[in-house]
Amino acid sequence: MPPLVPQFPPGPYYGVLARFAGPRELYQACERVRDAGYRRWDAHCPFPIHGLAAAMGLRGSRLPWIPLVTGLGGAAGGLLLQWWVSVKAYPLVVSGKTLFSWPAFVPVTFELGVLFAALGAVIGMLALNQLPMLHHPLFRSTTFERVSDDGFFISIESWDPKFDAHETARFLERLGAAAVELIESGDRD
Amino acid sequence: MAHGAKTIQQDEFHLPPGSRWQRLPAIAGALGLAAVGTSFALRGGDPARFYHSWLVAFLFFLSITLGAIFFVMVHFAAKAAWGVVVRRLAENLAATVPLFLLLFVPILLGLRELYPWAVPEHVAHDAVLRGKAAWLDPTFFSLRAVLYLGTWSLLAWWYLTLSLRQDRTGQAALTRRMIALSGPGLIVLALTVTFAAFDWIMSLDPHWYSTIFGVYFFSGSVVGAFATLILVAAALTRSGILQQVITVEHFHELGKLLYAFTVFWAYIGFSQFFLIWYANLPEETTWYLRRTEGGWLTLTAGLAAGHFVLPFFFLMSQHTKRRRGLLAFGAAWMLVMHLLDVYWLVMPSYLEGGPDLHPLDLITLVGVGGPVLAVFGLLLRRHALVPSWDPRLVESLGLENV
Repeated sequence: MPPLVPQFPPGPYYGVLARFAGPRELYQACERVRDAGYRRWDAHCPFPIHGLAAAMGLRGSRLPWIPLVTGLGGAAGGLLLQWWVSVKAYPLVVSGKTLFSWPAFVPVTFELGVLFAALGAVIGMLALNQLPMLHHPLFRSTTFERVSDDGFFISIESWDPKFDAHETARFLERLGAAAVELIESGDRD
Repeated sequence: MAHGAKTIQQDEFHLPPGSRWQRLPAIAGALGLAAVGTSFALRGGDPARFYHSWLVAFLFFLSITLGAIFFVMVHFAAKAAWGVVVRRLAENLAATVPLFLLLFVPILLGLRELYPWAVPEHVAHDAVLRGKAAWLDPTFFSLRAVLYLGTWSLLAWWYLTLSLRQDRTGQAALTRRMIALSGPGLIVLALTVTFAAFDWIMSLDPHWYSTIFGVYFFSGSVVGAFATLILVAAALTRSGILQQVITVEHFHELGKLLYAFTVFWAYIGFSQFFLIWYANLPEETTWYLRRTEGGWLTLTAGLAAGHFVLPFFFLMSQHTKRRRGLLAFGAAWMLVMHLLDVYWLVMPSYLEGGPDLHPLDLITLVGVGGPVLAVFGLLLRRHALVPSWDPRLVESLGLENV
């Protein structure tokens, strides 16, 4: 996946966007969308709603594995670097201690472990979220501007196996959506 | 949202009448008294061993109550809401600290067996000890012990008293008073814990000194306190008490703090070792030389692995912290490690060759722990298990981590 080119559903439509009246309505609708078996969809709201992840049926994030691996790698790299410098490349006896004086290497090993774990967490988070993203098809909807004010939305993407432009829109209307609209794909204009 | 429909009756905040927890004071008290009697009866055979074992047991349980006082005050200092549902358990744990005034008596009786500076003939031939004689003086030492234990007792009882008054009156002003004292209280706690660690543990080896030593003792204490809180909360909820109140979210938070202080302990422990190792000054290295020779090296390495490396990975994932059984196992493990840590601090000044287990080690542990648990059990029985009119209780009940 090349950077700065986010992956969106192929085809004429990005998906269906539905606006709900408030957090309670959004929460209940999410449970129904989850139970209907949709997989590629998302909820959008102006503030975090506790428990929404469970209502959406989100599984645990894969993100923690990235900083674990990069952090352990950074620590191992830090230790290896110091071993190579002090034992192989330029052996030098300092204050009568052995060449591989491991206590002296702990701070750098620790700091590099922290640094690489932090970098792994930030870069991994950006990568998994496909960020930075310069444009998103949902921004074609003028209603969607309310997402940072008082709008509560569910978007179901067209590459969901259960997606059908008409059926999915009807389904969201039945869930009590205040407004439902079809969002066109970005690469058509 | 998810918990909108939860209703909790006030009587769920008390131990139910038929609960096994009602018998805790009687059982723990009886076992404790029997153990105190047995240990004093066995003292004649090996007085030095008795006093060292007693000191380990005393410090182990005292450190847990000190960690609990710290948790109560830091909770107010941070104006935290999440932990209100477990704060009363910590307040009760902290309120056992006056008992340690009594439990300190055997240490005063054994001063000459424990501390080289308490033996005048020894001091007369030791220039370093003569120089420290003004501070390391049996009378001054005893007065300081009363000052430390008295200060902690006042802090712990003041917090419990105000918290209980709020149970009756529901005044939010009490919360503001408890917040106002928490800042100065934490400073007082930091200073008294530091000097107590200097007096009671560092002076076992009176030539040796380390300025970070108080922080090291403190870090282990907080690990012990969070491990105990997790175990008590897990045991209570497992027996059906506070099941709706202390949820997986609270265990998750307690687990995070246990994890954080496990790492903090390693950080402080290594910081102390690191500077002494680097400078390599004979008067400082003796303490570590003793602990890296013979059988003590095994315990030192075991602590590094068991008190840091293994729990660092075991407690890292939220999957562990969000499962009561796994977290309780981790907490029990850390409590054992904390006990070994205290043993490792005290015993090498007595047992030169390496650690060895003596029946008195276990008997004194029951002797100190029994009365402490009995008082803790009495407090659990007597008062609500949760600060029922705390202004942040509802927020705490609805805690969500994700």
